[in-house]
Amino acid sequence: MVVNVMRGGPGLGNIAGSQADYHQATRGGGHGDYKVVVLAPASVQELADLTYLAFDLADRYRNPVMVLADGLLGQMMEPVVFPDPIAKLPEKDWTLRGAKGRPSRFSRSLILDTKLMEEHNWKLQRKYQMIAQKEVRFETWELQDAKMAVVAFGTAARVVRGAINRVRKEGLQVGLIRPITLWPFPAGVIRQAAARIKEFLVFELNAGQMVDDVALALQGQAEIFFYGRPGGPTPTPVELAKIIASRYYQRLRK
Amino acid sequence: MKKVYSRPKYLKPVPNHYCPGCGHSIVHRLICEIIEEMKMGERVISVAPAGCAVLAYFYFDFDTVEAAHGRGAAVATGIKRSLPEALVFSYQGDGDLAAIGTAETIHAASRGERITVIFINNGIYGMTGGQMAPTTPLGMKATTAPEGRDSRREGFPLDISHLLAEIPGSAYIIRTTVNSPKTIRQTKKAIREAFQCQLDDEGFSLVEVLSMCPTNWKLDPEQSCAYIDQVMSRTFPPGVLVDRRQKQKPAGEEES
Repeated sequence: MVVNVMRGGPGLGNIAGSQADYHQATRGGGHGDYKVVVLAPASVQELADLTYLAFDLADRYRNPVMVLADGLLGQMMEPVVFPDPIAKLPEKDWTLRGAKGRPSRFSRSLILDTKLMEEHNWKLQRKYQMIAQKEVRFETWELQDAKMAVVAFGTAARVVRGAINRVRKEGLQVGLIRPITLWPFPAGVIRQAAARIKEFLVFELNAGQMVDDVALALQGQAEIFFYGRPGGPTPTPVELAKIIASRYYQRLRK
Repeated sequence: MKKVYSRPKYLKPVPNHYCPGCGHSIVHRLICEIIEEMKMGERVISVAPAGCAVLAYFYFDFDTVEAAHGRGAAVATGIKRSLPEALVFSYQGDGDLAAIGTAETIHAASRGERITVIFINNGIYGMTGGQMAPTTPLGMKATTAPEGRDSRREGFPLDISHLLAEIPGSAYIIRTTVNSPKTIRQTKKAIREAFQCQLDDEGFSLVEVLSMCPTNWKLDPEQSCAYIDQVMSRTFPPGVLVDRRQKQKPAGEEES
């Protein structure tokens, strides 16, 4: 289980909040055809809930799980109710506690035989498919009558809520799709929304990373407008409302 | 009236961000005085750390590169190997050098790199708010050892300079303090010797400076100076840890 609290970069960077490690988290950047489950909290309560879930998923699937937060969440205090701990974990045939009363076993990732290594890789891919089927998590808000969908995660999604509150008062029909698992990415809900909604706005605290996954999900079925702020600044709901409204008027009100 | 002292030429005329009573500004000043006296301003290249002194390049008026956290000795290696005529020093705190940078530091010494490391040891992680460091003495409180460092729970403080002194590549390693005018003068002499050791192509040199951190020690500046004598110096006794120089005569007793 890994926690990454993203901050402005690149290089030494700063300690302001950012979302610029999305690609590194979801695409790996490490060695091999692996996937890490990535959970993106948008509040301190969710940070607590998803941390518990992260351990649970890592244990259940024997897979790394990352909680991907940002510098604002990292430096924020909010009231939290802790979930109940899980009393009993599932039995496993691969743990090491000393070979008492059973044959010895070993834990390793070295597989020199390429045929065996390929088999192992396909086994992992089947596991990832199972995770993708069962563990996608997202939230939608004000989407039912929306003519424009904003896609945002983490703290950015919180700013979007404030912005949507404002633009709704002007009669603009805007909704939010908030991925909670970044991998597996909630492509399904985005694709479904694109049956009715043809204008998507992606807002991230970076120069454009999750927008790639939105584009992959949409497969050209809708227009995407990207608004991003890399390096650590966070726009206010008022600022973002202006961006959303401007795009909405441009595209939806002739 | 005769002017007997002024701001060193290589210390930029800007206010610095260091806390009142911190040792960084003292050591910065000493380094700048030495660079001027040795006429090295155009040949020196320094490496800044992560930590409170990350902004050293706002204060040193000579070429400086910022290294990733802990990697100062490795970056200095690259610079010195490509520019052997430069005077290259890395300026690092105890977290930088002895926690995240342990590997780079040990192996630079092992390879006998002709660099000088200025090691500022305040026994704590300063910039991040006072967590326990490898060099935190037993009994000292930190945010991650709120009851005080206990050897059973948190292990013993690491005397990394002592370790480095065992390595044949280390030509000159000395530990000083900056908690009194006398020890400040000793520190200046030590840094100067270390720079000369590099210019004489003798090997790796390091000056460890026990430095005050009133903010994270939760003491006032005067108490912090006393703490260096009463606590820090007991865990890390000042003095020459190793002197393998051939060209200099062995470092004598501290000037009294």
